[in-house]
Amino acid sequence: MESTGKVKSFNLLKKLGSYGLMFKKGDFFTKTSFFIMGFGSFMRKQLFAGIALLFIQLTFIVFMSTSGLKFLTGLIKLGTMTQGKVWNEEMGIYIMSKGDNSMLFLLFGVATIFVVIAFIYVYFANIKLAYTNQQLIQEGKRPMRFKETVNILLDEKFHITVLSLPVLLTFMFTIVPLVFMILIAFTNFDANHQPPGNLFTWVGFSNFTSVLWDNPLKSHTFSSLLVWTLIWATFATVLNYLFGMILALMINKKGIRLKKFWRTIFVVTIAVPQFVSLLLMSRLLADQGPVNLILQSMGWVKTFVPFLSDGNVARVTVIVVNLWVGIPYTMLITSGILMNIPVDIYESAKIDGAGPIRQFTAITLPYMLFVTTPYLITQFIGNINNFNVIYLLTGGGPLSLNLYQAGKTDLLVTWLYKLTVNYQDYALASTIGIFIFILSAFFSLVVFNRSSSVKKEEEFQ
Amino acid sequence: MIKSMKTRSFIYNTFIHLILSIMSVIWLLPIAWLVLVSFREEPGAYTPYLIPKSFTLSNYTRLFTETKLFNYPRWFLNTFIVAVLTCLISTMLILLTSYALSRLRFKLRKPMMNIALVLGMFPGFMSMIAVYHILKAFGLTQSLAALVLVYSGGAALGYYISKGFFDTIPKSIDEAAMLDGASKSQIFWKITLPLSKPIVVYTILTAFMGPWMDFIFVSVIMKDNYRNYTVALGLYQMLTRENIYQYFTRFAAGAVLIAIPITIIFIYMQKYYVSGITGGSVKG
Repeated sequence: MESTGKVKSFNLLKKLGSYGLMFKKGDFFTKTSFFIMGFGSFMRKQLFAGIALLFIQLTFIVFMSTSGLKFLTGLIKLGTMTQGKVWNEEMGIYIMSKGDNSMLFLLFGVATIFVVIAFIYVYFANIKLAYTNQQLIQEGKRPMRFKETVNILLDEKFHITVLSLPVLLTFMFTIVPLVFMILIAFTNFDANHQPPGNLFTWVGFSNFTSVLWDNPLKSHTFSSLLVWTLIWATFATVLNYLFGMILALMINKKGIRLKKFWRTIFVVTIAVPQFVSLLLMSRLLADQGPVNLILQSMGWVKTFVPFLSDGNVARVTVIVVNLWVGIPYTMLITSGILMNIPVDIYESAKIDGAGPIRQFTAITLPYMLFVTTPYLITQFIGNINNFNVIYLLTGGGPLSLNLYQAGKTDLLVTWLYKLTVNYQDYALASTIGIFIFILSAFFSLVVFNRSSSVKKEEEFQ
Repeated sequence: MIKSMKTRSFIYNTFIHLILSIMSVIWLLPIAWLVLVSFREEPGAYTPYLIPKSFTLSNYTRLFTETKLFNYPRWFLNTFIVAVLTCLISTMLILLTSYALSRLRFKLRKPMMNIALVLGMFPGFMSMIAVYHILKAFGLTQSLAALVLVYSGGAALGYYISKGFFDTIPKSIDEAAMLDGASKSQIFWKITLPLSKPIVVYTILTAFMGPWMDFIFVSVIMKDNYRNYTVALGLYQMLTRENIYQYFTRFAAGAVLIAIPITIIFIYMQKYYVSGITGGSVKG
């Protein structure tokens, strides 16, 4: 580990050194490019590139001097002035001050860091370009024209053309927000520290410690939700997998008629949008819902079955309803793979007198487990993050006083959602998000190590 | 001996047919109930019987005529506009990204794929509050444009499935074209894309369906701006405690109306769906 770190820092030094060398070997144009970007291009007839680089440099300087530096220093304290009345010496009265908005300080600070990194990248590209131009001229060639650059961007460097927009948007809508939210986990941004009325500030790891052991209520909530999340994910994954596979085997068995018909029926239930089918289920199973009403009118139950209103019953209910959601899905996915199991294995097992159950446990299951482990683990991670089923069915309820802003069936993700949307407890929510990330990352690493499809990628082509 | 085996397998198959029939009934029951409720004339949320006493079409017509509180046609139009724009932008982003990561070789390829993998491990809506404030900084919140940006902004990260497809197109085709002097961009437009019709269709359809099914991001972005709600969020509002008694039958009608096209699209593209899921995560 340490040696790779050393190699990396050595490489970085070497790279910086190579730019130093460029400065030393560079002629006047190249040297000036270190200070005036695009100079080396502009003076060598690359008008467009030169103007663009100069424009970038000027914009950057203007941005940094007017607001960028302010944003960066704002990151240190996240604002110092609370909104409220401030004594104005000149006028001799109190005037309302808008105060600092910690959240915007953080957001703009993070964005500025990314702008600075992007600028540094362009800056070094500018030097490299100037130096390459110089070398080309020394070799008696000429620097690339604009049209040639465009042609290269459509051919050898097509990836730059293709990927720049996706990368830019991913930065704007995924990476910057995510970095922002990760940083929030190290602040005290909650309902009592809400901008613009109040400031929030850095608190180090105290959110993490309070979730893990410091705060009894929060740490109890976290541990019991974590346990329930894992139980839920295990049951949801394993039961769906087993029953889904059995359904697929039944439909595909020799001698079963109307295969397509059965398949379509089950596919229809996946196709109906989840918010429709699950909301419907939650209403069907409500205390005064049709299922209970029918059970009562039949005289089977006296009052009602608390399908979704009693903690433990609700936990069973969500797992059972999730079977309704998940079995057809597994059936659809595994059908094709099941057909690939060589028929003669089954034939010889039959001759040996193995019944259908024995065939399933001795042949089908081991084969399928071998082939679909990565799929199973992906499903498991998906279930850790299974927001829809829980949120639409129970909303995480029934609420419990022993838990902090959470209910008996809440998973970590639904807790995260509630903390952000209903309780504005952003710092805690971000902390939970980081824990969910660690959980998913752990299981993903397992997939990654076992999946050969990643390594085999090149063989296909 | 042979005869007894035949009868045994006959009994066995009959038994399986029976189980399949029972399961079909269980699985279709909630959906059948939805359709029945949408035609029910009696008001109220729940009834102690499944089949309505009298049938009517008024739940459907009233969705489009009584639009004062719940403007279903408007929501439908909103969702349609958002879906079309999202579909155009995301399809472009996904196809470009997956093509580059599948067919082109460059230094940052592997690091980019690893970063995408890591980003995918964070809960999707963890960042939505930050996204909300970024949109606010642009003055875009509570608008349909914001919704389009949110749905398509992160689209590039969903490149796996189409990359898996591009990976299966033989490289020799590209090489032959290159020998004939085609540039990489020409290869993409004139060779790869025409060969990838199924995955293009799949990408378009999934991108189009997204806005019809999401209600998390809409609820965060639109807050109380009812005019700009999408169908999913609007229907969700019909089931709140205050509204459910009066609006449950209309909710059912509205849900049936959007479930039908989505179901048809899904059944049509199930085989791409399966190969997409299994292609990446199942070895074999």
